[in-house]
Amino acid sequence: MKLELGYIDIRGIRFDDYMAIEDGILVVNPKELAEAVLADPLIKSARLEIANPGESIRITPVKDVIEPRVKVEGPGGIFPGMISKVDTVGSGKTHVLRGMAVVTVGRIVGFQEGIIDMTGPGAAYTPFSKLHNLVLVMEPVEGIAPHDYEKAARMAGLQLAVTIGELARNLEPDETEVFKTPRISESFDAILRGLPRVGYVMMLQSQGLLHDTYVYGVDAKRTLSTLIRPTELMDGAIVSGNCVSACDKNTTYHHLNNPVVRDLLKEHGKTLNFVGMIITNETVYLSDKVRSSDWTAEMAEYLPFDGAIISQEGFGNPDTDLIMNCTKLEKKGIKTVVITDEYAGQDGKSQSLADADELVDAVVSTGNANMPILLPPMERVIGMLDYIDKIAGGHDGSLRPDGSIEAELQVITGATNELGYNLLSAR
Amino acid sequence: MSWVTTCSVPAKEVTVSQYKVVHYINQFFGQIGGEEMADYPAEKRPGPIGPGLAFTQALGEDAAITATIVCGDSWFNENLELARQTVLDMVREEAPDLFIAGPAFNAGRYGVACGSIADAVQSELGIPAVTGMYVENPGADMFREKVYTIATGDNAAGMRRVVPAMASLGLKLVRGEDIGASVEEGYLPNGIRKNFFDQKRGSLRAIEMLLNKLKDKPFVTEYPMPVYDRVEAGPAIKDLSRATIAIVTSGGIVPKGNPDRIESSSATRYGSYHIAGVDDLTSDKYETAHGGYDPVYANQDADRVVPVDVLRQYEKEGKIGKLHDWFYSTVGNGTSVANSKRFAVEIAEKLLAQGVDAVIMTST
Repeated sequence: MKLELGYIDIRGIRFDDYMAIEDGILVVNPKELAEAVLADPLIKSARLEIANPGESIRITPVKDVIEPRVKVEGPGGIFPGMISKVDTVGSGKTHVLRGMAVVTVGRIVGFQEGIIDMTGPGAAYTPFSKLHNLVLVMEPVEGIAPHDYEKAARMAGLQLAVTIGELARNLEPDETEVFKTPRISESFDAILRGLPRVGYVMMLQSQGLLHDTYVYGVDAKRTLSTLIRPTELMDGAIVSGNCVSACDKNTTYHHLNNPVVRDLLKEHGKTLNFVGMIITNETVYLSDKVRSSDWTAEMAEYLPFDGAIISQEGFGNPDTDLIMNCTKLEKKGIKTVVITDEYAGQDGKSQSLADADELVDAVVSTGNANMPILLPPMERVIGMLDYIDKIAGGHDGSLRPDGSIEAELQVITGATNELGYNLLSAR
Repeated sequence: MSWVTTCSVPAKEVTVSQYKVVHYINQFFGQIGGEEMADYPAEKRPGPIGPGLAFTQALGEDAAITATIVCGDSWFNENLELARQTVLDMVREEAPDLFIAGPAFNAGRYGVACGSIADAVQSELGIPAVTGMYVENPGADMFREKVYTIATGDNAAGMRRVVPAMASLGLKLVRGEDIGASVEEGYLPNGIRKNFFDQKRGSLRAIEMLLNKLKDKPFVTEYPMPVYDRVEAGPAIKDLSRATIAIVTSGGIVPKGNPDRIESSSATRYGSYHIAGVDDLTSDKYETAHGGYDPVYANQDADRVVPVDVLRQYEKEGKIGKLHDWFYSTVGNGTSVANSKRFAVEIAEKLLAQGVDAVIMTST
């Protein structure tokens, strides 16, 4: 599979009565976009706002962050099975609006949505403070069931990203990058023989309301571990339907820009032989955990992998899946490195993971999510502050009268991302 | 060969604004002698000696070594109580702002002495302390969690690199500045996890670590796995029909409105809720505060997490003696192990005092 990404760099966003991309500036018609969102009867109100890097803006509660893209050549469309029809994606050409994102915001569905500060100490902990954000603030109808609200918000965000992406269809990219994912048979080519056979096991959060991930529109709870071609992720084959602690939720933006995929593809043929990628779920049932990790280990041995990188999503309950996946691969002689964040308590003295095994001897840490942080007040809030005390990482009194927030790093969207997206670590 | 001179430099004139430092070294670095002088009793000398000169330079204008305590490694280790007391008295006399021990590199008895005396100075005199040694020095494992221990190589050739690191960390401690992560400051990981921004992103670090592991090259895990203490289960209840059973949950079930404001994650508290006369937990009176699972079903019927209805039924049928009048609840979502242990000790003591025989624990 060969996919060429064409990057159109976005330097700013502005509102007008038409829609286009002019010289790197995204021009959108906020009324038209809001009307499109309101076509869903479950959404009572919708408005668009703009947040740029460096502005004194706090965006909260953040549900998802999505990068607009459009498929210009090759089968399928962006977010197959969700927005576009089901068709195998990951080949041909796709344009990317680089430097911006769609952010969905609204009253929280559950407990664990997040904060993005565009400036100040909090900005250093989220990659989204460096993007030009087109924020969709929604309000659901009264009496809506949480499941329905979550879905409505999710679909509104993905659709908006596709609508914006469409504006880039006929533009000339500022930069292109080509990704090739070879067949298994090609992984045995002479030219690759001296290199270690490396695989990527990506764990997908799939525990229930606010804790779901979709693969080609299929709820990951109901899937068996399987193979996927890395470039399929770049066209949105996997989207987020979950908001576990904002700090380690994989936003749809993270799925589209999976750093393990990108870095492995970069090293393929040079220092390693990137043989394949397995996706596997993390449910709350023991039998699923056993089945999924068994299946993953069997596939890894079948391909085979010499070594694998395993990334998880979430913490606590999925730590058990992580340890299962890792130990089962190690017992088959496949060397692993695990990427995870930590919950070591506010003082850093607690045991960071809910499960452990001495076979898990190679861990990359993406930081302690319990680290206390003080976020100063911002001049403008996009969304609402009512929920700060309740969101995971907050506590009674988190939101102080002056508008500053005393909470844990958990509250910041993307802060301890377990795909290894950031520089943050802990020792 | 005999050591000809005891060389010491007169103390720098200590200005009022400078921090005072006491330095602890062994008989070798104190230029008393080698192994044959290891039984040399502790002795206090004014100013810096031996490696103290390098520290003087590294500490710059901000601090000065006012006294050096030279002590034989054997004398310290074979007279632990006396040695501790003697050295502590010497340090007390000097009333320094900072205590530096070593560095000991790979010398085992020296490392144990450094760690041990630095720990004592911290805990008994309240004076911040820094030491330095090789990771395999027995003193490292014994004291790294109690005293900041700069990681050194296994021999004194590393002195030039180690001294500035020890001095810099020492000054931060004295000034009450924020101490960074172990890799940033150069100390041996001490069980306290600290965040910092690394040079490369996590995915790249993972690939590099994997390539090293695959080639059997050395690599350092960023998070060493803990070794668990396993708790033996108590003996089974012989006669349930006479037993008082209590429910304890980490599933976050609380009275509606969460009056005790138990946090949805990283709970710092637990609540105890009276259920005498309550047959069933209903959605108008109970809810969940837990932020880590789908709350819909628990909010509809809290018995799903705290099974009061079933246990009350058993009580009526005589299957159990009594359902305890209180259930204890906290939220187990990202809640630290340390807090969980603390809650458990308190709750267990209360349950024992209340005559409870067994506990059903529910989590999610």
